[in-house]
Amino acid sequence: MKLAKAAEAKSSGLKPTAYYEVTPDGVVRVVIPSSEMGQGIYTTLAMIVADELEADWGKIQVVQAPAADAFKNVLLDSQMTVGSAATRGWYVPLRKAGAAGKTMLIEAAAQEWKVPVSECAAEKGTVRHAKSGRSLSYGELAAKAAKLPVPQDPQLKKESEFKYIGKAMPRVDGPEKVNGKAIFGYDVDLPDIHYAILARPPAYGAKPDSFDEKAAMAVDGVVKVVPGPHGIAVCAKSYTAALKGRKALNVKWGAGSHPDLDSASIEKALMSGLEQPGANAITTGDPKKALAQAAKVLEATYYVPCVAHATMEPMNFTAHVQQDRCDIWGPTQGQTIAQMVAGQVAGLAPDKVQVHTTLLGCGLGRRAAPDFVVDAVIASKALGKPVKVVWTREEDIQHDLFRSAVAHKIKAGLDSQGNLVAWDHKVSCFSIQKYMGMPIEKGIDMFVLWGLHDAPQSPTKSQIAYGMPNFSVELFLSDLPVPVTPWRSVQNAPNAFATECFMDELAQLAGKDSLAFRLESLKDNPRARRVLETVAKNSDWGKPLPKGRGRGIAQHACFGSYVAQVADVSVKDGKVTVNRVDVAVDCGPVVNPNALEAQIEGAVVLALSTTLREEVKFAKGGVASKNFGDYNIIRMSEVPDIRVHIVNSTDEMGGIGEPGVPPLAPAVTNAVFAATGKRLRKIPLAL
Amino acid sequence: MISINVNGKDYQVDVPSDTPLLWVIRDQLKLMGTKYGCGIGECGTCTVHIDGKAQRSCAVEVGKVQGAKITTIEGLSENHPVKRAWIEEQVVQCGYCQPGVIMEVASLMAESPKADAETIVRSMDDVICRCGSYPRIKKGIAKAVDIARKEVKK
Repeated sequence: MKLAKAAEAKSSGLKPTAYYEVTPDGVVRVVIPSSEMGQGIYTTLAMIVADELEADWGKIQVVQAPAADAFKNVLLDSQMTVGSAATRGWYVPLRKAGAAGKTMLIEAAAQEWKVPVSECAAEKGTVRHAKSGRSLSYGELAAKAAKLPVPQDPQLKKESEFKYIGKAMPRVDGPEKVNGKAIFGYDVDLPDIHYAILARPPAYGAKPDSFDEKAAMAVDGVVKVVPGPHGIAVCAKSYTAALKGRKALNVKWGAGSHPDLDSASIEKALMSGLEQPGANAITTGDPKKALAQAAKVLEATYYVPCVAHATMEPMNFTAHVQQDRCDIWGPTQGQTIAQMVAGQVAGLAPDKVQVHTTLLGCGLGRRAAPDFVVDAVIASKALGKPVKVVWTREEDIQHDLFRSAVAHKIKAGLDSQGNLVAWDHKVSCFSIQKYMGMPIEKGIDMFVLWGLHDAPQSPTKSQIAYGMPNFSVELFLSDLPVPVTPWRSVQNAPNAFATECFMDELAQLAGKDSLAFRLESLKDNPRARRVLETVAKNSDWGKPLPKGRGRGIAQHACFGSYVAQVADVSVKDGKVTVNRVDVAVDCGPVVNPNALEAQIEGAVVLALSTTLREEVKFAKGGVASKNFGDYNIIRMSEVPDIRVHIVNSTDEMGGIGEPGVPPLAPAVTNAVFAATGKRLRKIPLAL
Repeated sequence: MISINVNGKDYQVDVPSDTPLLWVIRDQLKLMGTKYGCGIGECGTCTVHIDGKAQRSCAVEVGKVQGAKITTIEGLSENHPVKRAWIEEQVVQCGYCQPGVIMEVASLMAESPKADAETIVRSMDDVICRCGSYPRIKKGIAKAVDIARKEVKK
């Protein structure tokens, strides 16, 4: 995977847009604006360009884009890979770019042969003139085509003409990930590169009382000790020297801001937040009145603890600060932010900062935050050399920005026919916007409400799917110092746990089937209805299962896509085994079915890990969880038979990176009820 | 000076003998295919072969493997059934764990050439994949066993 040169040299081939180049050798080098974290986006975006361009897939190469305006996703107004927005944000721009190039190549051939354009056709890297039997390759035509004007609104293919889009094309990054040559941030190597590992406070808000710089410097290979906002960096020539140096540093930390903070006190604080006044996010109708008049009322509280990102590749970033430029390398999901923050820290304008994005060993939302970029720039500036700041796994877990723990209180009402007529929802959690440095207006943090409420035109499309005549959402934000950030699907998942478990409880109260009850509140949401019906049909929903085994259903819509899941679960001696998960997904037109299926499988496994196993433990004012030995991640034998059913949809394209996550926890929890008669309102599940 | 043999080549490395083999491979030999995942032998991303057997290089001191034949992901043949299966079944997502997974599977297959895919899968619970590619790893193992069987028949 080639790292793109920051200042692109003038092309000797055809480069009608920033997004690809056709070289005189006929190579089509696609410049990918998104970060590749396993979701297959290098391949998906290359497919889009290659199809409209009519390129030969065998001649496709991909390079990562530098940080530049041309690579900002229109949906996000930033160069960022978040919000399941890459394919749907780049679909039309890249199609247009590819089609423009094809038009120019055909025109160039027509001019060369002095024949009408209408008699020429492009096919897989070659332009042919059928009448005379002449042909020219894209490589041969590139320089001539480059002299022509770039069409601004070229004709796009009909879907029936697609050759790559919609097909299971092999991953372009597959071979290097199998042969060991793939370069991740942790692997960045430069002349005279140094490592830095930070000593970080064991409790939130703790400051260093003392540290033994002399002892650290005495360790062979250690070159400098650099205090900074996140901790004290020990810079050395190797990983092991930096680690030994950090140990020798022997930092004595003061007490943190909340020395009694632990898992129980966090849960207590968030649960008690449900009883405190919150900020109203939305009210439709009159929920209080409707509840007072309802035939039946149900109230329930739910709790989801913090989980860690635990990306397979721990946090890291490399920086080289020089007098008039700063280069940064590593696994970032947010190039625009990284460039801006690096510039601020280095004291340079953003356009003097070159961002070299590597492959990402998972992203999960963690790598959009620029905190690890800051540490690298500070260390390099102090040392005057390239420095790679790496986190140990312990740091990566203990100093993660977590998925926010959240407590829910829901009160809903049914009329005498068992129809849902009112829903009053209180959310109590930490603020994501706070840790992003975004202002919180009138107590509302939009990020933490996704799954319940969203802004009308937002690309995140995370309003609750159900239509309810009387609906309100209130938010209490805790000021405990637990740092949080988006975690694959952001708060859609822990919010959907509450909404979809509660819908099941309401169905039971109404004396109705869980599927039928949901469909009744989706009269105005045909796409949500369709995925529920599809998954029910494909999962044997309604067919009997032996004692101790049951099925649960759940649906959730976010980031433009609709997903419904049925989990088939066995419970024996308090142990939950998930036998099978059926997933129906509607993401509109499917560009890369291979990537879609893999993303759904991966999302189900990840969500199952948080449903059965994962919980960050806090103690003594900070994080107690240490490493994979005590922060438990799901293993292969626990993974069910996962079946993905793609709904053939011509509706608006949605994303696929995140939508597979939210329905899983409630589907499994509802299945546990079906198997045991027990309602669980907390994950990880404990019977 | 420590003498080690990696992927068929002899190296002299000037490191303390208790340096984890993982960091010698990465920092001294600049072979980046072997990854750091946890440092405590829990996840398997650092798996290499030492005299043909899978071992977690984060937990092996370089001084203890002088004279042994060390193979990293880069040293495993391009035509190895596991590597071929991983491409055919499109197993990888982010790919960070995969070199370790591939080395683990290759070692299990070498240890028990007659083992069926299910037996190998049952031994894989000590490996972590955060992307959740476990379903495809299972398919990859089945394919690798199949490829290896067909090679034996040839």
